[in-house]
Amino acid sequence: MNSAMEQDSGMFTVQSTIGSVLCCKCGILMQPNAANMCAKCLRSEIDITEGLQKSVTIIHCPECDTYLQPPRTWIKANLESKELLTFCVKKLKNLNTVRLVHAEFIWTEPHSKRIKVKLKVQKEVLNGAVLEQAFTVEYTVLDQMCDSCSRVQANPDQWVAAVQLRQHVSHRRTFFYLEQLILKHDAAKHAIRIQQMDQGIDFFFGKRSHALKFVDFVGKVSPVRSRNDKQLVSFDSKSNDYNYKYTFSVEISPVCREDLICLPPKLVNSLGNLGPIVLCTKVTNSIALLDPFTLRHCFLDADQYWRTSFKALLSSRQLVEYVVLDVEPVSSEVTVGGSRYILADAQVARVSDFGKNDTIFNVRTHLGHILNPGDNALGYDLYSANSNDIELDKYKGFSIPDVILVKKSYEERRQKKRGKARTWKLKSLNMEVDSTARGYNEEKISSEYEQFLRDLEENPDMRFNLSLYRNKEYQPSEMASSVADGDELPSIPLDELLADLDLSDVESNDDDSMAE
Amino acid sequence: MATRLQFENNSEIGVFSKLTNAYCLVAIGGSENFYSTFESELADVIPVVKASIGGTRIIGRLCAGNKKGLLLPHNTTDQELQHLRNSVPDSVVVQRIDERLSALGNCIACNDHVALTHPDLDKETEEMIADVLGVEVFRQTVAGNMLVGSFCALTNRGGLVHPHTSIEDLDELSTLLQVPLVAGTVNRGSEVIGAGLIVNDWTAFCGSDTTATELSVLESVFKLREAQPTAIVDEMRKSLIDTYV
Repeated sequence: MNSAMEQDSGMFTVQSTIGSVLCCKCGILMQPNAANMCAKCLRSEIDITEGLQKSVTIIHCPECDTYLQPPRTWIKANLESKELLTFCVKKLKNLNTVRLVHAEFIWTEPHSKRIKVKLKVQKEVLNGAVLEQAFTVEYTVLDQMCDSCSRVQANPDQWVAAVQLRQHVSHRRTFFYLEQLILKHDAAKHAIRIQQMDQGIDFFFGKRSHALKFVDFVGKVSPVRSRNDKQLVSFDSKSNDYNYKYTFSVEISPVCREDLICLPPKLVNSLGNLGPIVLCTKVTNSIALLDPFTLRHCFLDADQYWRTSFKALLSSRQLVEYVVLDVEPVSSEVTVGGSRYILADAQVARVSDFGKNDTIFNVRTHLGHILNPGDNALGYDLYSANSNDIELDKYKGFSIPDVILVKKSYEERRQKKRGKARTWKLKSLNMEVDSTARGYNEEKISSEYEQFLRDLEENPDMRFNLSLYRNKEYQPSEMASSVADGDELPSIPLDELLADLDLSDVESNDDDSMAE
Repeated sequence: MATRLQFENNSEIGVFSKLTNAYCLVAIGGSENFYSTFESELADVIPVVKASIGGTRIIGRLCAGNKKGLLLPHNTTDQELQHLRNSVPDSVVVQRIDERLSALGNCIACNDHVALTHPDLDKETEEMIADVLGVEVFRQTVAGNMLVGSFCALTNRGGLVHPHTSIEDLDELSTLLQVPLVAGTVNRGSEVIGAGLIVNDWTAFCGSDTTATELSVLESVFKLREAQPTAIVDEMRKSLIDTYV
């Protein structure tokens, strides 16, 4: 009798070696198991794959390479992929009577329209013995176009929902900015077609839900009001199926950044006497207004704006350049809505007047924190402006200031840098542009775009939501460092740029590395 | 020689019959086929007795015996006891015992010299067994199972045990019982040897599901191939004379 001490537990256990018995059918020596038959005899006795499906039909759309999961979903899967394997295994009924251990594809000719899957299953037989068996299931692939592909084939330009985005102003700055936002958030990835229109952009979608999602997105980033409508295209009276075309009309408020606004009296009262002349500092889904003389600010969200809608008095195209002669801070630094301002008294003269005559304006400005004597600034010339605003007339006895300074000007330095490429670039949506349309002015649009790029350079908070990409064509010029003096042009630091992920370019080397 | 048969279409014949060297007990079945098979094999040599125990037909599992004695459980009626006393040969002592584990056929595996019993059997029962059957009693388990009578079949020439018995256990049992032992199955892989097989020194009966492989194993371990009643006597005579010298 053999016995051995169990080291771990200290218990006395008898060592037992399993003897061998003869298989009751074929008589070969084997280890005893629950059935006491060798595996071969057991397998010949019992077929655990009995009752399981061995051939199945699946439907495949050749256009979009998808497979039909009844009743209506189409699942995209490549040949011999994990998704296809899951799909094929799910198709088999009765597989819950056995336990699936392993599944894999057996290679078949791609155009034979057959897919073979080898499955290993386990089942308990007789008295507790678990038998494992492998079997092959053959899938016959039938080609049938899915609904969306057939609809596309019938009429490729067919759209179901359209979003018409409009802003009734004479420039396209908002749409440049929106384009970048849309690209960053991939909001238009379901759009079938994008068309540039006069004063707006049209987006076409294949599903109403995509259009709704897009409208919600725009509502989150701009103050908008929208309405929607539907038009009956066809209907099936037997099954009561009605096909519509949905249209969403979205209007963005005409107030933009850096606009000078004269608020209507009612709004002034409700905002607590915020001076009727205000500057718009930021437009997201709410409009931020800043009173340049009292440094008070307020936010108007979309509802509030559209209740008492007002237009801009002067917009950034009417900015005039001034030379700052003297700056005297009046108050200390104030943080207003995330930006810092210092109220200051400044003496300015228009660049057109400078040196020619002595027209000097004494103005109060909120830009005390960045203006220094000798700087150039951009501002609204209310002294010589002729404004036809109804709201302005409502204020009796109100003295309009002569000049309102808006931002610092980098025009001189820009002239030095003219023609040099930027280190960064932006992507664009593929819009259809109708260049023969009436009123289409290519030069005007490209100058507006240039202005937009300059705005991006000067304002870090505007860049915050966008993705900027490193410009591969940019060569750092040797001249740049020698020209640079004390004040640099505001430029975008390199670490804000995203390197374009270019998987195809093998020769791109040294400075165009993938790592950001 | 091993014969295959069925009791009322059931291969577990060890439940319905008991075979020893001196007598054979058979349950009362619907058809006479079962009985006639035994008769044809054994009628000249030993009595084949139809019986019931406690009104049931599962007599193979309820009683235990060898050529010297027969033990019956406490629920045997007096008439059955008397009937059995009358039918078996006079040399056989028939005794009814009081034991909590009343399925004596499941608890006791014996031949004419040694017996293996369920480890939880009473002390008095053990003494009774030693007395009535004239054997040496060992309390043992077979392949971790306490029902030794179900999982092994024993004769004076060999024994068949549960297929999962380890080699060490086999050696130990073999030493105790002084007969060669083999682990195997009957009735197409069934581990319950005692229910599927009844055997004595020259013949064996097993269920009809038993495969040819199992039959050959039986015949080799119980040495049934050449065995006929007269052959044993001749062999014994030869060995007796040898030792005399």
